[in-house]
Amino acid sequence: MNGANMEADARTTDLNTPTQRARGSTADADIHIEVRNLNAFYGSIQALKNINLEVPRRQITVIMGPSGCGKSTLLKTFNRFLELTDGARITGEVLLDGQDIYGSQVDETEVRKRVGLLAQRPSALPMSIYENVAYGMHIHRLKRNRREYKDSVRHYLEIAGLWEEVHKRLHDPATSLSIGQQQRLCLARGLAVEPEIILGDEPTSALDPISSQNIERRLLDLKKDYTTVIVTHTLRQAKRLADFVVYMYLGEVIESGPAGEVFNQPKHERTRAYLEGQF
Amino acid sequence: MITKRWSRRRITEAFVKGMMFISLALVAASLGVILWTVIIRGLPALTWDMVTQTPKGGYYMGKAGGVLNAIIGSLYLAGGGTAMALLFSLPIALYLETYLGDSTWGRYVRLSLDVLWGIPSIVYGAFGFTLMLAIGLRASLLAGIIVLSLLELPIMVRAMDEVIRRMPVDLEQAALALGSTKLEVALRVVTRQMLPGIVTAILLAFGRGIGDAASVLFTAGYTDRIPTSLLRPTASLPLAVFFQLATPYPEVQRRGYASALILTIIVLIVSLGSRWMSSRLNKYTVK
Amino acid sequence: MEDRNGIFKSKSLVLAEGRLQTRPSADGRARADRNARRAFSIITMLPVLLIAVISVALIWRAWPVVGDQPLSKTIFGVAWRPEEGSFGFWPFITGTAWVTMVGMLLAVFPCIMVSLYLSEYAHTATRSLAKPVLDLLAAIPPVVYGVWGLLAIVPFVEHVLAPFAKRWLGAVPILAVNQPTGFSILAGGIVLAVMVAPFIISVLYEIFATVPDDLRHASLAVGATRWQTIRSVVIPRVLPGIVAGVVLGASRALGETIAVLMVIGNVAKVPSSVFDPAYPLPALIANNYGDMMSIPLYDAALLGAALVLLVVILFFNMASTLVLQQLLGRQWT
Repeated sequence: MNGANMEADARTTDLNTPTQRARGSTADADIHIEVRNLNAFYGSIQALKNINLEVPRRQITVIMGPSGCGKSTLLKTFNRFLELTDGARITGEVLLDGQDIYGSQVDETEVRKRVGLLAQRPSALPMSIYENVAYGMHIHRLKRNRREYKDSVRHYLEIAGLWEEVHKRLHDPATSLSIGQQQRLCLARGLAVEPEIILGDEPTSALDPISSQNIERRLLDLKKDYTTVIVTHTLRQAKRLADFVVYMYLGEVIESGPAGEVFNQPKHERTRAYLEGQF
Repeated sequence: MITKRWSRRRITEAFVKGMMFISLALVAASLGVILWTVIIRGLPALTWDMVTQTPKGGYYMGKAGGVLNAIIGSLYLAGGGTAMALLFSLPIALYLETYLGDSTWGRYVRLSLDVLWGIPSIVYGAFGFTLMLAIGLRASLLAGIIVLSLLELPIMVRAMDEVIRRMPVDLEQAALALGSTKLEVALRVVTRQMLPGIVTAILLAFGRGIGDAASVLFTAGYTDRIPTSLLRPTASLPLAVFFQLATPYPEVQRRGYASALILTIIVLIVSLGSRWMSSRLNKYTVK
Repeated sequence: MEDRNGIFKSKSLVLAEGRLQTRPSADGRARADRNARRAFSIITMLPVLLIAVISVALIWRAWPVVGDQPLSKTIFGVAWRPEEGSFGFWPFITGTAWVTMVGMLLAVFPCIMVSLYLSEYAHTATRSLAKPVLDLLAAIPPVVYGVWGLLAIVPFVEHVLAPFAKRWLGAVPILAVNQPTGFSILAGGIVLAVMVAPFIISVLYEIFATVPDDLRHASLAVGATRWQTIRSVVIPRVLPGIVAGVVLGASRALGETIAVLMVIGNVAKVPSSVFDPAYPLPALIANNYGDMMSIPLYDAALLGAALVLLVVILFFNMASTLVLQQLLGRQWT
């Protein structure tokens, strides 16, 4: 799926050791996204304060924290969705493989192709199931003929765990699916443009427990090929999924690190308070 | 890597945006051009006499006078028509919202209002004419007022309905919970909350009524005098413009432009005034 | 909206809720409430009645002309000689059709572009600037549009468009220049286009606004451009609404009287080119109302024209309103 950075595989085991990596090395193949001095504003309200963060490659990073702490805002800066809100702006840098995605020469639609988003509420496009999955591929003209499109649609529906349920009715409207199925459809749709990163903005909070479990399983399966960043407001989900944890409070990153460390030996008082369920 | 390329997608996007800007410019420019034309041609002939005098003998051939008859006539026509429309519109709007809600009858009424809204003023005028024949009313201020009120009714109800619908349900519930009857809620709470909306609706309808020619053509007649009786014909600004433009005398035609300018100014005042008023009255409303 | 016709429908139920006996003042208020309700409900019948009354009145008064000559002669006849009792509506029907079509053709594309821009691209600041502009355009009285048409558009057609068409587009029959003045269908169409534009733009904008942002975001998230999103997601979703909005705009254009009358030339001939003058139905009625009572059957004929207008507009109106009501919810601006 992702041709570049084969060396990262050899070093994946390093990421789980307790030693913190040195900051500032953007050429480090282990870091997929690096955030430098990021501030985000909605008009005059500051939503993110001086964020510095490194997101490791091919791991599930979970951003957690109480409501309103800026988790979704931070997530939206990764795929340049923040600017869709009127009056939103940022200062600082978000580096994808060393390149600032907010650079003046950067095409935001290309960024969004490389950084996929799974939203909280599944939004099936007003088309058939097949066309939903094929949509992104058509937009970017990723395949050459109908045969390739058909094969790809099947492939991604299988990855999303939806093929068995829909292969007999690919041309039915996507809205005829249940909400859990729609979310898997959105996953297939997002994967079809071959992103390197999957973002999830509370991707299971609108789903029933079984569908939630399904999505979580998919994400865990996809970990080996994609860097995943999930926002969740459920501590339990964070614990189930995370390899790397970012804890946020009131627009700042309080603490970040490998999951084992942060959950068991948090360094900050605030983190500890959150983990103990104080708020 | 992820740099801007002149791909087909981006070119299409730029092209479409260009088309949009041109269209936007066209629309905005139209407003400018219309106002500009009316001001440039009308201002020179807009004398104090125009606004303060009625047409004297030979006015339509270039002699002295003004269009005071039409100004006053229009104000009476639109004022009367708006008042009469208000008399019926407010009950209808309140009843629709308070009692009918989504019922079948309510839907019929709303559909009828939408249909009435779409009927052009010439048809209202023609209908008014048949009405006049039927009840033996001659071309008069009263006939004009009646027809204008019919024309303005759907406009007013729709504008009011828009506002009533936006009213927070909790407000109504709170009032009802205190033991008010529905009527009391309607009159005291809803109306006050809706006041800016009602005022806007009134002014909107008034602006429409004062500018309309086709409906008063049949029904209000025309006269060079300031109207003093409901049963006598009355002049109106739109018709004054029309008749002055129809003469072969450039002098009179220029006065026609001035009359059009007067009408435009009145409508602008009403339109801007309604904005100002609604923002002022919004102080008391619950958001 | 909530069901208000539930528990509060029955007054006795309210009384039973918490009061053991009715107090005089409560009773008075209840009676006022009942009376008001009755009065209001009667008044609310007015709109429905009005449509019926208008239709019946026009049919009744137009009947003599309809009954006097075969219907085909009335509709398709080209001879309009009231003194002889000959009423052929065809020139006027075609005149109306031509000017409305030209107006709509000119208006549709820019209006769609503007409403798409306002809905999909514009910042809140731009939108709040656009609203007053559109409101103002909509508030300008028709007669003022007519004055503008006379002063600006007729000369424009005469001195710019017609010579251009004559020189370069002479081969196209509907663009043939057959008369020297600017009083033409084209002038009428241009004025009409500007007049109905604010209306169409606001209806279309409302329509586009019904598309939830989630859908747009879903498309943008896979890297689509705004235009791709509009083309593939927004427009397909509301296509019936777009059509309905345009049809509604056309029905408004059909009925516009004064402004068109002042620039279209008022010549009762079936047009063959957009540079020809024409005589739309509303103009026919407006121009001749003075003679209505002096020539037999004239009033019936003119009211018949009004009836034709009413029927066509009613039809367009109801069809598009039903579609729009469905898309926009109960009622719309």
